[in-house]
Amino acid sequence: MKNKALNTVLNGILRENPVFALVLGMCPTLATTTSAINGMSMGLATTFVLVCSNVVISLLKNLIPDKVRIPAFIVVIATFVTMVQLLMQAYLPAIYEVLGLFIPLIVVNCIVLGRAEAFAAKNTVGLSALDGLGMGLGFTLALTLIGAVRELLGTGCVFGLNLYSETYGMLIFVLAPGAFIVLGYLMALVQKLLKK
Amino acid sequence: MVYFLIFISAIFVNNIVLSQFLGICPFLGVSKKINTALGMGAAVLFVMTLATLVTYLLQQLLNAWGLGFLQTILFILVIAALVQMIEIILKKISPSLYQALGVFLPLITTNCCLLGVAIMVASGTYKLPMGAEPGLLTGMLFAIATAIGFALALVLFAGMREQLALAKVPKAMQGTPIALLTAGLLAMAFMGFSGVV
Repeated sequence: MKNKALNTVLNGILRENPVFALVLGMCPTLATTTSAINGMSMGLATTFVLVCSNVVISLLKNLIPDKVRIPAFIVVIATFVTMVQLLMQAYLPAIYEVLGLFIPLIVVNCIVLGRAEAFAAKNTVGLSALDGLGMGLGFTLALTLIGAVRELLGTGCVFGLNLYSETYGMLIFVLAPGAFIVLGYLMALVQKLLKK
Repeated sequence: MVYFLIFISAIFVNNIVLSQFLGICPFLGVSKKINTALGMGAAVLFVMTLATLVTYLLQQLLNAWGLGFLQTILFILVIAALVQMIEIILKKISPSLYQALGVFLPLITTNCCLLGVAIMVASGTYKLPMGAEPGLLTGMLFAIATAIGFALALVLFAGMREQLALAKVPKAMQGTPIALLTAGLLAMAFMGFSGVV
């Protein structure tokens, strides 16, 4: 039992990493990773929604008729997204300002609905919560990594910490094309490492 | 003139896919062939125009009743219902259009550029050229122009990927990584438009 729980968490972080292995949730991955801290905040917001919606959906799985399950799941997810939106607006206004539109757009993030459909609708509450946690942490790690690389190449900082002079920063990596290019190379690297 | 600039701004300067990062999933998923890219683009144009109109009017109701916090839940439900309705109506009145758009319609519900544009237009936070005020008309034009920009990016990218399928790509780069790099170069080309409007 303990092994299974651990496996469920690790599955999301490594083997089925939502960004590098499943290629889900690309919009926030590209848009919010202009710096490590932005990527991490987006990842944590998504983790919160993933864990909560997985728990509620696995509790309701026997009550929801099969035919209307997708709309029902979306309403549950949208409720938690609205909660995150209001909480961040109240307590973290600076980060809310930066992430902006991408907070309400967690609703249409394929990872959240995907896990609800593929895992929470079939498993127990405890395992569903752990699956949400693992997937969420995997997503957060990936976003933080991409954000750190883009911030380092673009401005010479990681988490706002200066590593080399700003004058050598390649601004293109903070702008739109850099997002595609960094993610492309990181994904190729992960594919290469996983093959061995 | 201002209305013309809205189109230039939304299609080229602030392209929804390549500079705003909305709708990346269909951009990567349905862009292997030019024909499917055109179908997806047309379906998005159709649904986005209608969805933006409906959600803009709903937002006025929400504002009047002080229910702004229901925005996310209501919009996603309206969009999902609208997509279903359009599918049913099209099947009845225009089977040929339904044949062309059919497969793409259900995919659109989870296309984040739809909800994204609906929220942007309803709350008036979209990028407009100088002299344009957010409102119903500008919002609708913005939605149409955005959808055209989406279709343009999709078709261009599909053309590049058709060529890419014939090229020899290193093993680790095959599939998504090389597609992302190509998209990066395309985004870089679109950056050339910045400052035009």
